[in-house]
Formats: sequence, C-alpha cells, structure tokens
Amino acid sequence: MRKNQSLALQLALGIAPIIISLVITAIIILVVGADPAEVVERVWSGAFRDLTSTARVVNFWLPLTLASIGLTITFTAGLWNIGVEGQIMVGALFATFASREFASLPTAVVIPIEIIFAVVGGMLWALLVGVLKTRLGIHEIFGGVALNALADVGTIFLVSNAWAPATGATAQASERFAPSTLFPALSGDFPVNWVVAIVTVIAAIVVIFSLRGTRWGLHLKATGKNPRSALLLGVPTERTALSAFAACGALAGIAGAHRVLFTFGDLRPLASGGIGFLGLLVVLLVSIRVLWVPLATFVFAAIITGSTRLRISLQLDQSLAGVLQGTLVLVVILFQGVRQRLEQRVTQGDGDEPQQSFSPISAEMTE
Amino acid sequence: MIFMDVEVKNIHKRFGPVHANNDISVTFKGGNIVGILGENGAGKSTLMKILSGFQPADSGEIWIDGRPVDYHGPRAAIAHGVGMLQQDPLDVPAFTVLENFIYGAPGGMNLNRPQAQRQLSEVSQRFGFDLDPETPINRLSIAQRQQLEIVRLLALGVKLLILDEPTTGISAEQKNVLFEALRNLAKNDGLSVLLVSHKLEDVIALCDEVVVLRAGKLVGTKQLPATTDELVTLMFGEELAPHQPEDIEFGDTVLKLDRVHLASKRLSITDLSLEVRAGEVIGLAGLDGSGQRLMMRACVGLEKCVAGDVFINGQRMTGQAYRSFMQHGVSFGAAGRLEEGLIAGLTLTEHIALVSERGMVIDWARARQHTETQIKLYDVRGHADNMIEQLSGGNQQRVLMALLPENPVVLVLEQPTRGLDVDSARWIWQQLLKRRADGTAIIFSSAELDEIVTYSDRILVFYAGQIYEIRDPDAVSIDELGRLIGGDFQSSDHVERLA
Amino acid sequence: MNQELINALNSIVANATPLVIASMGETITERAGVVNLSLNGSIILSAMAGFVVALQADSLIIGLIVAILVGALIALIISVASIELRRDQIAVGFVLTLLAADLAQFLGQDFTRVPGPRISKWSFPILSEIPIIGDIFFDHDVFVYFSFVLVIAAWFWLFRTRGGLEHRAIGERPESAFARGTNVNRMRYFYTVFGGGLVGLAGAAYSLSVKPGWATPPAMQGDGWIALAIVIFGGWHPFRVVFGAYLFAGLRAASSAIQRNGGLDLPLVDVHVNISFILLNGLPWLLMILTLLAVSSGGIERLVSLLPRQIQNRMRNVLRSDPPAALGTRFEAE
Repeated sequence: MRKNQSLALQLALGIAPIIISLVITAIIILVVGADPAEVVERVWSGAFRDLTSTARVVNFWLPLTLASIGLTITFTAGLWNIGVEGQIMVGALFATFASREFASLPTAVVIPIEIIFAVVGGMLWALLVGVLKTRLGIHEIFGGVALNALADVGTIFLVSNAWAPATGATAQASERFAPSTLFPALSGDFPVNWVVAIVTVIAAIVVIFSLRGTRWGLHLKATGKNPRSALLLGVPTERTALSAFAACGALAGIAGAHRVLFTFGDLRPLASGGIGFLGLLVVLLVSIRVLWVPLATFVFAAIITGSTRLRISLQLDQSLAGVLQGTLVLVVILFQGVRQRLEQRVTQGDGDEPQQSFSPISAEMTE
Repeated sequence: MIFMDVEVKNIHKRFGPVHANNDISVTFKGGNIVGILGENGAGKSTLMKILSGFQPADSGEIWIDGRPVDYHGPRAAIAHGVGMLQQDPLDVPAFTVLENFIYGAPGGMNLNRPQAQRQLSEVSQRFGFDLDPETPINRLSIAQRQQLEIVRLLALGVKLLILDEPTTGISAEQKNVLFEALRNLAKNDGLSVLLVSHKLEDVIALCDEVVVLRAGKLVGTKQLPATTDELVTLMFGEELAPHQPEDIEFGDTVLKLDRVHLASKRLSITDLSLEVRAGEVIGLAGLDGSGQRLMMRACVGLEKCVAGDVFINGQRMTGQAYRSFMQHGVSFGAAGRLEEGLIAGLTLTEHIALVSERGMVIDWARARQHTETQIKLYDVRGHADNMIEQLSGGNQQRVLMALLPENPVVLVLEQPTRGLDVDSARWIWQQLLKRRADGTAIIFSSAELDEIVTYSDRILVFYAGQIYEIRDPDAVSIDELGRLIGGDFQSSDHVERLA
Repeated sequence: MNQELINALNSIVANATPLVIASMGETITERAGVVNLSLNGSIILSAMAGFVVALQADSLIIGLIVAILVGALIALIISVASIELRRDQIAVGFVLTLLAADLAQFLGQDFTRVPGPRISKWSFPILSEIPIIGDIFFDHDVFVYFSFVLVIAAWFWLFRTRGGLEHRAIGERPESAFARGTNVNRMRYFYTVFGGGLVGLAGAAYSLSVKPGWATPPAMQGDGWIALAIVIFGGWHPFRVVFGAYLFAGLRAASSAIQRNGGLDLPLVDVHVNISFILLNGLPWLLMILTLLAVSSGGIERLVSLLPRQIQNRMRNVLRSDPPAALGTRFEAE
C-alpha cells in the first residue's frame, strides 16, 4: 500500500539528483563563460561521433568496469581500497615487464603471460595494503594513498631509466612495446580490445555469482558488516579481508595491462587515467549493487571520453568530466539521506545502520 | 535540609508498539529513599529517564514542590534539582577524575582546578569515597565512577538523586559504602533517592518505601519493611518457583589449563591451572575487569597465553587460533550481542548459513529451511528474512543460542543473560542445562551473584587478576560472595587460592 | 651556527606552515568526533580560489577570506551530510576531495602560471633580532606567525579551558556531553566548519605564500593526505602535530638538498651514495607509512611505561595515540 503511494516519490527522488547535478555543472560552465548546451553536444559527439570514437568509449569502459567490479568486492568486505589506483599502475608495470621479457614468444602465448603478470602485480600491491591494515594497524585509506604515490614514483623511475626509449629518456613514456605483444583489436573499424572484453564479462559473472551464492561472498558481507561478530561466528576475517584485496588487485591489474598494452602501446606516468578513483565513485554511486556497475561505468566512460576533445573545440579543461561525475555522486549520496529521512517520517522506524567509529589506527581484523 | 517533593502525573511513553509507561502517577516525598521495582521491560528505566530529562514523555506532567515544571534535557533537569546516575556512568573515559568533575559545572572559561579539587575532596571525604583527582577514568572501577558521578551531581545541587541498578558489578564492601552515603544524605541533608533495582535484597536493605511497575503500569506502592515474598508477589503477580539444576555425573576432563600466564594492558593472571570436566558448570564471579574476560578468551583461543598450555579433550591447543578451537568443539558467546556475536545488516537465514553451510556454494533453499526449523525450535519471534537488529534483545539471545553448535564440548559464555527479563533468562538456562545434561561443559560469567550461586558446580572468584576457587557453591551465601569479589578473602573458609 | 643551516631551518619553518595550519584545522575537527577526509581537495580548491580572487580583486584580504570560505563550505557539506542526512563521513569526504580537485582544475584553467600577488615578508619587530631564533622563526610572513599563535591557542583551548573540555568530550563520549547540557551536534557543526576554514586558509598559505600562483597539476598535490597522516602521528595533540609537520618538512628539505647535490655523502665511511632524485619523491610517502607504523605498533605506549610512575599519566596524556573514541560516529539525543 505504502509502495504504491510513494512510487512517484521514489521515482522523483531517483531522477532529481541527476537533474540537480546537471544544473550545478551547467552553472559552473556558465561561470567560465561557455555554453552548457554546446558542451553537451560536443561531449556527445566526442563519445559517439563514429565507430572509432565509440570504440574509444568501450576501451575506457572495460578497465573501468574491471576496477569497479573489483571494488564492489572490497566495499562488501567493508574496506576502502583507495589503493586501487596504484594496483592498476603496478599491474601495468608487471605487464610491461612481461611484454619486454617475452617479446620473442608468439602473440597467443605472450598475452596470457602478460595477463598473469598483471594479475600478480595488482594482487601483490593490494595485499601490501591489506597486510599493512590487518597486521600493522594502518588504515587502508592511508596505506592506499601512500602506495598509490609510490607506484607513480616507481613508474616515472622506470620510464626514465631502465625502460626509457632508445632515443633518450624524457620521463614522458617508455620505449614502445613490440607490436606482437599488444592486445589485438576486434577490427580496424571498431578497434576494441576483445581479449579484455571477454575477461571483463567473465569477471563480472563470476563476481556477481560469488557475492550472492558462495560462502566466500557471505564471509565478505559478514566481515564488512561486523568483523568482530563474524570472527566469533567462525569467519576467518583476516583471510577474508586479504582475499578481497587480492581479488580487487587482480582485476585492477588487468585493467592496468589493458591501458598500457592496448590504449597507449607504451608505459607512461598516470597511465591509469584516474580509473581507480573513478571506480570508487561508481561503486559509491550504485551503493555497492554490482548489477548496476556496468551501466554506471558506461555512462562515466562516455562522459570522460567525450570530454577529451573539449580543450581543442571549446578551450575547456577536460576536468569538467570529473566535476560532473563528482557532483553526481555527491548529490546521489545526499539524496539517499533525504530519502531515508522522508521514509522514516512515514514509518517512524529507525533505519539506521549500527555504526563503528572510524579508527585510522586499528587492527580489528587480526584473528 | 533541602526537602523537595516531586510528583509525576499521568505519564505516557510509547516506543513503536510498546507502551513503556502507561498513565503513571506517583509522588516522591523529600528525604525519602524509594525503591523502584519491576522486572526488565517493566518501564522503570523509561520513567526515570523522563524524570531526569534524558527522554521526553509523550504526555503527562512533572510537578516539583507543588508547581508544574517543563524541562528538556538532563542539564535542565539538574537545574531543577533532579539528577540521574546511569548504570554505566556517563563520564568521559579519556578525562581525569578532576576534568570530569569540572566539565558541566558552572563557571567561566578558566578551569580553576584548585577550587574544583578542594570541592571534590571535601565531598568525597565526607562519604569516604576514594577519588584521586589526576587518575584517568578508564583506570577506575565501576564503583569509583559511580562515586564520582554522585559527587558531581551533588555539587551541582541535585535534590532528587536517581540511581539505575547501582549495585550491579560492585562488591559488597563498595555497596556498603554507597548505601551508607545515601542514608547519610537522606537523613542529614533531606536528599530524596530513587533506587532502580531488580535486586530485592538491596531494596529491602536501603529503602523506606517501594514503587512497583509491571508492563508499563504502576501496580502498587508499599511502605517497608516488607518480606521478599511480598515484594515478589507485587512484581510478578505470583511467586516463581525457584529453579534448581539437577545433579549429574561429570565425565572426563574436557578443558585443561596448565600453568597458564595471561597478561593484558591492565592486569595479569599468573600460574593458573584448572581442569573442567564434561557436564560441569563453572561460574566466574568478580567485578568488571578483574580478569574473567581475559581467562575466558584464553579458553577459546582469542587471547594468547604468555606461558602455559591449553588442552581440549587432551589435545594441546596452545597458540592456536579461535577457529581451530571451534573445530575442536569450543564455542564462545560474548557479552555484547550486536557488537560481538550477531551481525546487524544480515538476515536470520544469512546468520544460520554462516554457521551451517559447509560447501563452497551456498544452498539458500536448504539454509532457509534450516532457519525455519531453528526459529520454531528456539521459539524466536521473528521471520527468516528479518534483519537481526529488528528483533528484540531476548529474541536476539535466542538466535545466538540457535547459532551455537548442537553438542559443543565446551561452551564459554560472557554474561549470557545480561539485560534479559526473568522469563528469557530462565529460558536461556533451560537450554544451557539441556546441553549440560548431554555432557557439555559450561564456563560463564555474570554480574548477578545469585545466578552464579544457583547454576554453578564450582565458582571461580576473580579479584585483580587473582583467582580463588569455591568448590561447594551451596555453602556460600550471596553476601559472602559479594565480600569475596571485593577482595575480602581472609574471612571466608570456603575459598582456595588458584592463581 | 652557520648561515647556510639557519637559512635551511628558516625555509623548513616556512614550508611547514601550510601543513601546520591544515593539520591543526583537522585536529580541531577530529577532536569533535568528525573526520574531514576532503583535505587534499579542500586545500587545492581553496588555494586556487584564494589566488584567483586575490588576483582579480587585487586584494590579498579578499583572497584570504574566499579561501577560508571555500574550506568552511566543504566542511559544512560534510557536517550536513553526516549530522542531518546520516551519511558516512568517509564516503562524503572522499567524493569531495576528488570533486574539489577537479573543480579547481576546471575553474582555474585560465590562471595557470599567471603571475599574481603574494603575501610579502614582514620581519617581526624585536623578536626577529634575537640571534638564530629570530632568523629561523621571526623572519617570515604573517602566515607563519599566525601558525605559531594557532598552535598555542589550540593547545590552550583544548587543555586549559572549559570550552576545551566540552570540545574533547563531544569527540570522546557525546552521550556524556549531552548529559551535561552540551548541544553535541551544534558544536560539531561549529568545530567542523571552523576546522574547514583553517584548511582553506592553509590552501591560501600555499598559493599566496609558499608556492605562489596556480598550476596544473597543483604544486601542493598530495599534501592534504600528508596533513591527515600528521594528525594521526600527532596523536590529536597540537604540540605533537606541529612537531610532525616540522619533521615532515625537514625530511623533505633534506631530500631535496640531496637531490641538489646529486647524491648523499656519508663522510664517516667516505661513501657517496647515488640516489635517483625521482625515487626521493617517494620519500614523504614512505615516511608517512613509517610514522603511522610508529603510532600503531604500540611503540609509544611501551616508551611511556619506561618512565617513572608519577609522570606516566601526564606523559600518557601528551603521548597518547588513541583517536577520539567517537571519531566518525553520529550522535542523536535520546
């Protein structure tokens, strides 16, 4: 009964944040003296002008989806894996190493090797954050931020030293990879990385099923909601947390491999393109509901890809995409609060989740 | 003399479907000590919180000295002379005694420590309270924290002092100090005292008069002295048959601690050796933080031994994790249900699946069926799809029981009946004694001394990390046990030093 | 003392100042039980806003005010989200840190590397004439002097006044604060917004003083995270926090000195270690992990227990590293 009554309200509350964030962004565009309608048109055409630009959207969509799906795992386990940026970069580093070492092998052999290396790299970097948390009591936000920066420093170092182009180090990019080690494109007209596309689909299916139907998924959820109780009910909480980091790091690593071995064809600083942070925004936007991830990541990928040409066409910085996305996520989160308050007024109930204090130094996970 | 009459008129308070206070009207005369009696959930805490400003009433009035008053918040209540000491005193653990005393008192920006210190020591000396101004609160006992709150409230000019279950978790000696101070205040200063308690012996020992609540309604007042039986009849409507566990034959040793040393930040237990046999019930008595928690956690692998060994069924378990203790048939129930034990945000079915499903993939249909069976078996008022936090405290405790394995070797339970009404507590013990009859050894702690005396085959008394054993619980009275947990071991010949 | 060393120490004090102001703001906020995780973005956006407004309005004062308002506004969003709308402070703070940085880049796009105003140096009368001390601490601009006052005032407020007792209580045990008549949520609004204003001021201290101007990527990129870590390292105590900020700035200065010399001379063993200057950029982050490790591993508690018993309690108060017990939680009366 109440459901029917509030259906319109629900719908309004669902659409309102989108409209509000668009309005806010439009105002910001007006502030710098540009025309919002023109910006929308340019972003749209930037994303879907032709098959090539659409392929570019897809090629951004794939790694973003991989990272976001990985982050649903860590979020389910109650972990703030801000270190995902670094995990993408270390995956890229390991893939670069494989590409250079095994360049003589045939493509069909070298690509699986590169993926395995990327998985291992991302996993290791993620496990480092995990161990810092579970064993040494450093909150994963701080461990992650530091390891992100260290991954960037390592990349710049390698790009300008051991892996520098033969023509001379510039700290801009490494030597180009051998073409035989690059991920193959679907076709010349629609150059999409079909290998990573398949990997992404498989990963999405496996993660969706694991979170719903396996004991591991239940363990993740229990650990995320209340690690102390979970431990007493027999959940190996430390192992569960580390496995969440490892799984997320592995997927992030593949995303990193895609960026360097397909998008760029070389290793370069900031090769992740902010995909990790964007993934965190995506998962916050969909409230950790993994089924909604592919849709949200597609919209984000289209906005990002469409904005890259804004500087050339309208002399606008492409950070506008980040402004729109950040505003959207913020307004959505705030509206969830508004909705909860409205619902509470109807039911008089208390829909609060029990809260734990934020201790930046704690080792609750240790078994 | 500061006599102040307080009258509540037609107080109503609802929490959702529960009518916690239903049209309560009663007068408290100045200088009187009044016991507020009633079982858990009778509405006594709610009434006291309304009186002391912590919660607003839905309707009704409070009159002080013949005039209606209207105040919001505890601070305003104190300004009207009504102050409440909560069961867990509302102090700030990170502060020192003196800082706690100053915070909330009137005065300028300046702390003026010397003056506050003088005032603090004056009041505490008068009542024989021992409060060092520079000690941080988190190093005080519950009794000392209560004393500080009382001193603080008195210094703020409180004329009606409400105490919520002040004798839980304090020793007999500390109780005597407290009661002496309260009598002194009532007789010499004209202070009114309301003692909320479900312990009849305390009420009989201290109060002039009792007010009894049942299911949110005022069911009677009575001048003391009265007998326990009369009060029980008032509280429950009928007398409850005393509940006695039957004697059973104990089996082999299932849990053995061999020269165990334990250490936490605040205390250590040295050289503890103990053997527990199948079917035995061991009750742990002692003030909060005397070492019970440490020992219980060592028995289940949640606390590492500094030295010594732990054996389960003859197998050495030293240094193993909690999970491997679980695999050897040890189960642990912690005191805080929603903090440690149950997981808010998970449904009943998910809880059951956590402990019952063993394969990699969960068979949700089977888990659900299992949950429905358990709900019936344990008489849980709730649905399989309910989130655990939607259940009442008693029902949550029933779910916790349902989550325990069928035939554990050893059950270790921290305060298994804390916060439960008499009915629920009796039901829990029925379940526990059933398992005991099947050969499960039970180790439990409790702040209720009568619970320990009633159900234990052996009692361990904890005092600041020392452990004494009572082999024959029938031979000790609750009073004697109360003295023992306060550290008075000389006068008793029923105890033996264990560690 | 040789002039070179005095100059080095002088520049450490100057460079540490934005960190001091920002971490002091965060200390004030977190002592009230609220986490403002947006520091990195807040500092960047207010730095941009402060610089651009000062340039456009041709007024340093207006620039400063706008920077403070930007920081306070972001903090206000966090407090509304957490107190009124019951959202997770961490999530909102994280989104804001990204959003603010992007917003700064977008709105500041026409002002990158544009020359602009900066706060000029003003040697403190009399005090600057004290030998050595005067040269190190009192030969700066007003930001630095303000940071001195701020640290002492924060300490005095927290530990020597009634208001400070209340301030700490709402971060430790809001139920008790409520019982003593404190309006917990109103005070949390106040301290969060106040702390946020200081974070905004720290942004201006970058763009109008230490790292004048605006650029993409911003020169103070990452410092907000460092400031957050310094608060933890400082155990939420103003004096330890300021020590942490100076320590950080000092080690940073050391590493850039090594960069300039192209390596590190170890005179005792007569070895010249060649450290790549790129890798030295990772040093602050390694340092961040190490300092957090020092706090989390209980090393400080062990240190305290070595002290004589009488001063243990007092030292524990100064050296304690427990976060405010109610940090990041919500409070509702009743």
